[in-house]
Amino acid sequence: MNATALKSDDMVVSDFGTQEFVTVHVGDQILGVGVKEIHDVFAISELTPVPGARKEIAGVLNLRGRIVTAIDARVILGLPPRENGYVGVMAVGVEHKGESYGVLVDSVGEVLRLKDSEFEANPINMDAKWKSISRGIYRLEGKLLMTIDIEKLLVQSN
Amino acid sequence: MDELLAEFLTETNEFLETVDTQLVQFESDPTDSETLNNIFRLVHTIKGTCGFLGLPRLQFVAHAGETLLGKFRDGTIEATPDSVQLVLESIDRIKEILADLETTGQEPEGDDSALIGALERAAEGKTEAKPVEAKVEVKAEPEPAAPDNADAIPVDENGNKWDKDLGRFLKPGEVSLAELEAAFMAADVEEISPKSEAVEAPAPVPRNPEDRRGGTERRTTARDEDDDAASKAGGVSAQTIRVNVDVLENLMTMVSELVLTRNQLMQMVRNNSNSEFKAPLQRLSSVTGELQDSVMKTRMQPVGSAWKKLPRIVRDAARDLGKKIDLVLEGEATELDRQVLELIKDPLTHMIRNSCDHAIEKPADRAAAGKNETGTIKLNAYHEGGHIVIELSDDGAGLNTARIRDKAIKNGLVTEEQAWTMPDAQIHRFIFAPGFSTAQVVTNLSGRGVGMDVVRTNIKLIGGEVDLQSNEGKGTKFFIKIPLTLAIVSALVVGAKGQRFAIPQLSVVELVSAGGSSEHKVETLNKARVLRLRDRLLPLMSLSGALCIEGAEDDIKDNNSTQFVVVMQQAGIMFGIVVDEVFDTEEIVVKPLSSAVSGVKAFSGATILGDGSVIMIIDPQSIARAVGETEEHTSEEADSRQKSVKQEAKKDDIESLIIFRAGGEEPKAVPLGVVTRLEDLDVSTFEQSDGKTLVQYRGSLMPIVPADPYTNIKTSGNQPILVFTHNEHAIGLAVDEILDIVEEKLDIEMATDKGGMLGVAVIKGRATEILDVGYHLSNAITDWDKPIKKEEPKNIVLVERNPFFRNLLSPLLKAAGYNVEAVDTVSAALVCAEYQKPTAILADIDEDRNSALRLLDDERTAGAPVVALSGSSEADAQEFAALVRKSDRYGLISTIEYATKKGLAA
Repeated sequence: MNATALKSDDMVVSDFGTQEFVTVHVGDQILGVGVKEIHDVFAISELTPVPGARKEIAGVLNLRGRIVTAIDARVILGLPPRENGYVGVMAVGVEHKGESYGVLVDSVGEVLRLKDSEFEANPINMDAKWKSISRGIYRLEGKLLMTIDIEKLLVQSN
Repeated sequence: MDELLAEFLTETNEFLETVDTQLVQFESDPTDSETLNNIFRLVHTIKGTCGFLGLPRLQFVAHAGETLLGKFRDGTIEATPDSVQLVLESIDRIKEILADLETTGQEPEGDDSALIGALERAAEGKTEAKPVEAKVEVKAEPEPAAPDNADAIPVDENGNKWDKDLGRFLKPGEVSLAELEAAFMAADVEEISPKSEAVEAPAPVPRNPEDRRGGTERRTTARDEDDDAASKAGGVSAQTIRVNVDVLENLMTMVSELVLTRNQLMQMVRNNSNSEFKAPLQRLSSVTGELQDSVMKTRMQPVGSAWKKLPRIVRDAARDLGKKIDLVLEGEATELDRQVLELIKDPLTHMIRNSCDHAIEKPADRAAAGKNETGTIKLNAYHEGGHIVIELSDDGAGLNTARIRDKAIKNGLVTEEQAWTMPDAQIHRFIFAPGFSTAQVVTNLSGRGVGMDVVRTNIKLIGGEVDLQSNEGKGTKFFIKIPLTLAIVSALVVGAKGQRFAIPQLSVVELVSAGGSSEHKVETLNKARVLRLRDRLLPLMSLSGALCIEGAEDDIKDNNSTQFVVVMQQAGIMFGIVVDEVFDTEEIVVKPLSSAVSGVKAFSGATILGDGSVIMIIDPQSIARAVGETEEHTSEEADSRQKSVKQEAKKDDIESLIIFRAGGEEPKAVPLGVVTRLEDLDVSTFEQSDGKTLVQYRGSLMPIVPADPYTNIKTSGNQPILVFTHNEHAIGLAVDEILDIVEEKLDIEMATDKGGMLGVAVIKGRATEILDVGYHLSNAITDWDKPIKKEEPKNIVLVERNPFFRNLLSPLLKAAGYNVEAVDTVSAALVCAEYQKPTAILADIDEDRNSALRLLDDERTAGAPVVALSGSSEADAQEFAALVRKSDRYGLISTIEYATKKGLAA
């Protein structure tokens, strides 16, 4: 299992064979985003839609003077759209090539330190949409955690 | 070493630009020793620095160039264009090497012996073996770098020799590299040690330029008086420092943020009238404003810095083409944003090249045309409003209108009919059309062509405009109008479907309201909406439709309620964008879109408003495109890609038209319906009075006006006349010949700005001008009528509750010769009417129709006709004598006249 983890290219394996993830929930799924990739976590208070943009782009918002593009993880994962609009929705702030993005999720959980030994590559029968943004799966107790490759998620939405 | 090299590159590039300009200047006036000294100094400095850095190729080339310059300087060789060319070539070679050096950090391999040979031969033109002599002076090189102790020695050693022949400048240059190298390695330690320090140790390195300058100055005092300029230059440069552009950009961003934050704070405090923050915030605000101004200034550069290369370009082009061209630069000190400057450099260079290539004729042709053999290209920059205008003019051949027209027709840019009725200026603008940019065209077309569309596109990108004026045979003038800065723009904030958007103010022409009680009506052609605005049809599109916001279909309401139309102009197209709300204009800081949304072409960026919300900035170009697309889809006839296209009649409207000729061969037409009679009158019955031609016609005087203002009325024989009557006045329109009466669909295709013409329509296969009868009538009749009007003072009572309209209408009526009593209520009007005995009463019926009705029955009005005033021409006014729209200036007077006459007749 360790070998698999090392194969995935930009995985940083810590000395202790563990990595830290922030867990987020989208639909029924629990997802993990590398701690180092997250700049901040915030709740949407105001969102300006961008007419004509791809459907996963929820809009743009002002985060402390920066314009942040909000990308809805629900849409990327092919889940049904949000019914109550975007106000109050939690977002994970990430950066990519100097641009700020917010990935909209349903809720943000905790920080988990996960052992590399619990890591597994994407099952081959996984949905292509999911596979395209997943780094792999951690086997947690009673549930599975999919790790999100933020870069892929953003690039895909480009 | 890297740092040293980088500094060397920056500095040398700057020097070289100056050298280019100065050499061209020198060539035109070889007696100008001041300029030559400057050039000499610059080349020398470059060479000197190369020596320190161990760049042999550069050093040899610079050295050979300098040798030749030295000969110019002491007058042993005359500066001919050929020899100056050689120097310029050596400068070019230096630039090439520098470019490689910049990318690789290494001097590229190459052989400069041919160039150096040529330079040396030129330098040897008259003199003996100077270069040989120079070899003696090896040790002069370290001199500038070793001011502390090495200074005196070389001077003493070698000074006498050069002073006689060349002065000091040549001496450090005559070094063969091998010897120099050898000297560094082996020669006496005293001299060399400070030198090698300079190369190796980082600390003394930054001092190098200073040292050199210092060296120059020292030597100046010792030997060379005309070098004073150098020390002065040194003094000036001490007051400026080089700052990395990134630092400035960053500063700019931060200040923009600060401005936004300030705006937010201001908004918060504004809502809270007695806040203790008010005073400090006021201070913060003004400081921020000043800071913003200062930072903006750091980004400003004189436009002349983008022009530095131009003299050289013009010179080279002139030389290659065998032409004589002078380049005159004016307004070089005009400052504009660095970013803008970068962006206009290329288009400008391109245009200058074009001017040299195509506009300026060969000397022989110029002489034949009676012009000075030397053509002049003039570049002028000046501020105008928030813009910079750059004028590029030449006294060349001008554009060949006929060829451009043919080409435009051939390329399908216009129909033949359109092309022939277009003003020349409009035809000239076709050179900006994309199809005009192939090389083939340029050779065929003695006008400009290559890439003018690219030029225009580039200028448009930065919110600029380009236009031209051309006189065949006399020259062409281009106007480039560009905004001062791109960082902060003024924008109009509008709302559509509950969302706010910013439209750059630059592309907004005006705001009008349409529908509802407004005078502008939205009309429909198939599915395309148009707005009738000052006798023009304006294609309309809703903002939500253009942006494809969901549920936007058929967003433009049909005149039931008032809506706002933002009239915009982009790429020569005028169009209206219907918005739901108009908020305010704001100064906004444009922020780029992230790559995830940059694919949305409708927006050029986003901005944060004072209240902290993000709004999208609309890209006018893409909106123009969206409007254009719908037009093409919905109806062919709404083919208003040319904004002048105009449509008055519906497709199947057949009109009887009378076709005639007046002033010129091309047919003219008026609708038969408006012509009362056709007459053929003997001109001997015509009488002249008050500068007008009159004829007694059916018991009254009828003015005769020529249908074409440039044609005179006949002086003998019979004159065909079209008689029109209007309000019992008749006027005669003198024409050359009545041709025909036809039944045709009247499809006015081209609107014109020419007074007295509605436009041009195709009738019986010929482009025919349609006369505006109303124009001629009003001209003839108001003039004609005035003297009579004065005789009886006429009183008018104006009842209008709205002070705005009261103030608007009163002067109009007074100007037309009425005594006006403007009141705000019907009761007041009745009192006035009682003693004024007005000829007519004007009453507003929009506000209070029922009180206005009282006027009709009250005997105090003494039966004076009551004319209803309304904002809409469809208001219910059947009880009243007439109805007139408040904004209809012309109709107002004529309606009153009409009502008065009707009243008298009754």
